[in-house]
Amino acid sequence: MRFDLSDDQEFFRETARRFIESEVPISVVREWHDLPDGCPPSWWQAAAELGWTSLMVPESLGGGSISGRRVVDLTIVADEMGRGVTPGPFMPTNVVADTLGRSGSPDQQALLEGVLAGEVVLGWAFCEPGGDWSASHVAAEAAPANGGYVLTGTKTAVEAGAQAHHLLVTARTPDGLAQFLLPSKTDRMTITPQESLDLGRRFAEVRLDGVAVGPDALVGEPGAVAEADVERQRQVMTVLQCADSAGSAARVLEFTVEYAFDRYSFGRPLASYQALKHRFADMKLWSEASQAAVDGAADALADGADEARMVSVAKAYVGDYSVELMHDCVQMHGGIGVTYEHDLHLYLRRATVNRGLFGTPGDHRVCLSKMMGY
Amino acid sequence: MDDFVYAETDPAELARYREEVQTWMNENMPRRDPVNPWHPTQDDDERSSRNRELQRRLYDGGYAAVCYPKEYGGQSLTAAHQKIIDDVSMDFDMPILFSVPTLSICGPVILEFGTEEQKQRYIPAWIRGDELWVQFISEPSGGSDMAGALTRADRDGDEFIINGSKIWSTFAQRSDYALMLARTNWEVPKHRGLTMFIVPIHHPGIEIHPIQMVDRTEEFCQEFFNDVVIPAENVVGEVNDGWTVASRLLFHERAAVGNASPYTQGRHRNRTADGVEDLAAIARDHGGADVGRHRQRLGHMETLSRVEDLLSARVVKGIEGGFLPAPAGSLVRLFHGLSRTERQTVAMEMQGDRALVWNQGEDTGAFGTEYVQRQQSCIGGGTTEMARNIISERILGMPREPAADRDLPFNQVPRSG
Repeated sequence: MRFDLSDDQEFFRETARRFIESEVPISVVREWHDLPDGCPPSWWQAAAELGWTSLMVPESLGGGSISGRRVVDLTIVADEMGRGVTPGPFMPTNVVADTLGRSGSPDQQALLEGVLAGEVVLGWAFCEPGGDWSASHVAAEAAPANGGYVLTGTKTAVEAGAQAHHLLVTARTPDGLAQFLLPSKTDRMTITPQESLDLGRRFAEVRLDGVAVGPDALVGEPGAVAEADVERQRQVMTVLQCADSAGSAARVLEFTVEYAFDRYSFGRPLASYQALKHRFADMKLWSEASQAAVDGAADALADGADEARMVSVAKAYVGDYSVELMHDCVQMHGGIGVTYEHDLHLYLRRATVNRGLFGTPGDHRVCLSKMMGY
Repeated sequence: MDDFVYAETDPAELARYREEVQTWMNENMPRRDPVNPWHPTQDDDERSSRNRELQRRLYDGGYAAVCYPKEYGGQSLTAAHQKIIDDVSMDFDMPILFSVPTLSICGPVILEFGTEEQKQRYIPAWIRGDELWVQFISEPSGGSDMAGALTRADRDGDEFIINGSKIWSTFAQRSDYALMLARTNWEVPKHRGLTMFIVPIHHPGIEIHPIQMVDRTEEFCQEFFNDVVIPAENVVGEVNDGWTVASRLLFHERAAVGNASPYTQGRHRNRTADGVEDLAAIARDHGGADVGRHRQRLGHMETLSRVEDLLSARVVKGIEGGFLPAPAGSLVRLFHGLSRTERQTVAMEMQGDRALVWNQGEDTGAFGTEYVQRQQSCIGGGTTEMARNIISERILGMPREPAADRDLPFNQVPRSG
């Protein structure tokens, strides 16, 4: 959680936390693991009423942020959802809504009303099997035909792919990258739910077997506009993942510290052993540093300054240290920490998925190195 | 007083101030030589006097120690103003020797506990560049157990007679005064029998021996006190209440080491691997064929460097807003120690064998030497182990380590040797 929230942002955060604690405590999170769609549509609509889907939608289209620094506001929710391992199509819906608000046609923007109401879920079909989540890995083809395009390719790990009412598909045209908005029921497009290490969120494979679309399916323009949109989507998605993982890590550390006070061995609490205290000190450091990295990346995106670098810094740090912190917390718990019954693995599953999707920490370190001219 | 005042400041005012500082520095401060930079904290007389001269220039321009109150020679400005000076001054030679401990550690202690006479006598002299201070705190008998000090100060009317030894003072031989912690009562538990003194360094009965470090520099000293006579007016705070003063001194030391002090001026740069950009240059020039591996390391060091800055800012905000207790400065101290040792390792490895065996006249051996003494950044200014104790006990609230000497009169406490 940030230390510089305005009163309005703090109210927004507190409302989100209370909503999660009352509507989706961990016991409910576990029940929802069995729902094919991950969460009840009515709950997502209630979340939308709290503003969870309006932050990236321009005011002229009915949306609005809390502070004017939209990505910062969005990370407030992501952080709370991470604390609660809360399911829901929060990330892809907001990331695609952001792009539609900026580059979408009036017809495409008309969808945002449903997004604001929590009735329309959006997904982003980007990564391809074996891909590294860079824009250059996209091989799906959009071949010009009859004034429109024919799309061919396979997308994997599409979050909320089977729940989304519309999918934003990134593909390559002779003029460079392009993005297309397709209704989920589109001829020759097959959406197949996938299994995931994260038991809460839902992912799907999307196959495009010669999908014919008109020019009106284009979002923005092929080439520079689409490339800028894709870059922005990657960055916002990554900072949300990092906020989610940092929130998760902070929560896991909290309950593990409590456990260290409550659990006695050899007549004294675990929290009194220096060998363990020093490990907790390291974990507190990683947790605060992760939050700081998220704050820095969100600020960079909100201010439009050095975004690529700060997002990669956040992912390189939070991606690794959030999961290391959680593994250490498992160790602090001992045997109970590796049982299904304990909640730890729910957080660790989610943080592990966050760590790998949209580039591993190692991928982001390479990006940083290249930015430094090496 | 639990922390500093980081007053909110109007962004327009700060933008104006940045421009003002930039213009002034362009005209008045020597530009940093990017190829062969001046290193203000290496040891020799020339550097010491140049530090004093640069400090005087800052003072004459009104940019010295700006967070200090006007009545003592500062400008009564905010941490945000000082940060602007720090940012702008990265391209210039700065009197870094005055930052630690004079302005950032000794200074706030005198501000907080000094008498009005002490403040007026000493503070302006630092800010003008006339007098450098050091700390006589650690002793050869123990570094982290500061309250176990064995140096004695025996009262004799209006004077105290000092006997004993202190160690790890920085550049004592080129400094003027020291804050010294000494034992004034041996019949009470250790924390209750200490007193803090102001000691003139070049004074009868004080012998200073420089300590040669692994890299053969002589930054630190050991001092021996043989019946040194100090007037009672040099006591800081109350007699036998020196631990209260020392605790605040430690707080300011952690803030200074963790880049969270508003009283430092400019930013310290080491001789090797200062910035990550320097590491990138090393990788380009000497990294050889192992590009993938170097990219991982460079990206990692860039990450740590950026996150360290962000963490410092977060901790300052957290303490200011009451989200974190004042000892949270130890988070930054711990991060800094760990990232610095890693950076020195990476720099050495990227140099390859040139850091290990080099041609006469080359300076790549410095990378090897700094690697050999890399743990210094996890020791000086409070060890990382002490930082971990502080974080676990004073931030997470875990039980304190048992201490065998806590309630025992100090003269009954077992000691080594």
